[in-house]
Amino acid sequence: MSVLDPVIELVRGLGTTLKMMLERPVTVQYPEQKREVRPRFRGRHVLKRYENGLEKCIGCSLCAAACPADAIFVEAAENTDEKRFSPGERYASTYEINMIRCIYCGYCEDACPTEAIVLGDNYELSFFDRRSAIYTKDMLLESVPDPHMLTPQKVEPGVYNRRSVPEMKDPQD
Amino acid sequence: MLSDWTLWLEWFIKAVVLILALLTGFAYLTWYERRALARIQTRIGPNRAGPQGLLQPIADAVKLIFKEELVPAKADKILFFWAPVITMVPSIIIAAVIPFGPTVELFGRKISLSMANINVGVLYVMSIASIAVYGIVLAGWSSNNKYAMLGGLRSSAQMISYELSLGLGFVVAILLGNSMNLHEIVEKQRDIWFALVQPVGAFIFLIVTLAEVNRAPFDMPEAEQELTAGYHSEYSGMKFALFFMAEYQKMIVICMIAATLFFGGYREFWFLKDTFFSVDRNWWLGPIYMLAKVIVLLFFMIWIRATWPRIRYDRLMAFGWKVLLPLSLAIVFITAAGILLAQELNNPMLIWTIPVVSIMVGLFTVVMIYRELRRKAYERA
Repeated sequence: MSVLDPVIELVRGLGTTLKMMLERPVTVQYPEQKREVRPRFRGRHVLKRYENGLEKCIGCSLCAAACPADAIFVEAAENTDEKRFSPGERYASTYEINMIRCIYCGYCEDACPTEAIVLGDNYELSFFDRRSAIYTKDMLLESVPDPHMLTPQKVEPGVYNRRSVPEMKDPQD
Repeated sequence: MLSDWTLWLEWFIKAVVLILALLTGFAYLTWYERRALARIQTRIGPNRAGPQGLLQPIADAVKLIFKEELVPAKADKILFFWAPVITMVPSIIIAAVIPFGPTVELFGRKISLSMANINVGVLYVMSIASIAVYGIVLAGWSSNNKYAMLGGLRSSAQMISYELSLGLGFVVAILLGNSMNLHEIVEKQRDIWFALVQPVGAFIFLIVTLAEVNRAPFDMPEAEQELTAGYHSEYSGMKFALFFMAEYQKMIVICMIAATLFFGGYREFWFLKDTFFSVDRNWWLGPIYMLAKVIVLLFFMIWIRATWPRIRYDRLMAFGWKVLLPLSLAIVFITAAGILLAQELNNPMLIWTIPVVSIMVGLFTVVMIYRELRRKAYERA
């Protein structure tokens, strides 16, 4: 250690900070520029559909039962072949999630027997009042590529029976 | 003479321009500091309000004006009200003697580009600089808050201690300029800046200015981590804004003074003396050079804030009294001796003994500090 070392160290510190000025800022300019979320990110819920447009949700209310924050409200109704929403016997006529209560734990996802409810990647949830924090079924439901796939669909009698809800596979991740 | 209304008009215009320049300067210094600090920390900094965030100071000002102003129940109401004013006023009026350019002929009259071209300008600056501490200590005391009180006390002790070295820095410039008039000091730097004749003096001056305006690494009076905010803990709204303004204006003004005394003030680089860029040819370059020098000096202040940690209070005092004061006394002595030598032997080149001897003394000081630190480390071990 030489006499001038303390002075050199001070100047070296200045050099380090000056060098950092030349580096690219790490800032993400948020509203214009958004970062990809991680694959297992838990954001706002989405109600999924099958390829033919029928809803996966069969109105069983298991998600509501699993929800620790009691944020989910489900009311079920019977499907008919004239007005078919889901392949099962019943469908959710009302499906509401209160996003203020929700803690994004993902238990609803785990509880769902048909993989109908999935936590998506939307994290931009802010509200001006409590009422608008309640997401109804049409806000949560996945959109369809083709308008004739919208539910309710009119189907041939006998196509859907008690066993037409597909078996669930093991979860992917 | 004083009944001449054009003279009054001239003063009025110069005063308005100076105050407006300082107030906008303050506003944009906050923007400049935030942007520069952000870049050093690889961030972007405020860039939302207006292009490049240039309207950010205006947004901040509007916010501060509409904020609620609280007065603590047991505060001394009168002093609590006046303390920000007492802090604010010196930070503006100190700029009155700083020259921004040579004397110019405009509209058939000679106008000197400073508010007041007085022959004891340096003395004026020193006295006003010392008044600023009153506002701070009164603010600390009148808030009736122990943190504010401690901040005020620290600030006054620090400013008084460092004012000695600051004064000796002024003396160096007075000796080299052979005048107390700031215009003449600047004109003396036509051939060479005083920062080159007396580098150690200029260096000490720059260190001391950091302490005088309570900037990092000497920002103990406002240490957020230990004193919440120091003397202005209890202030909010516009009263707080006044302290904030005073602080940043003091930064600007002290940089102007440093530029004037050691870095040629409004004058160009000495080697541009007879070119188009000389202030003698184009007087309007004067304020521009001044602005450029202030911006560079301010960048150093921001850069140091981004780099060095705050030093401990007892070390700050020890540094001020045991290192800077003796060193600046020695520097004054060397400067005076060098000038005398050059005069007596009639050889202007002998003036260059000043920087040589000063740097040697500076190095000696570094060695002594080093030995002292080693001895302390040895005793601890």
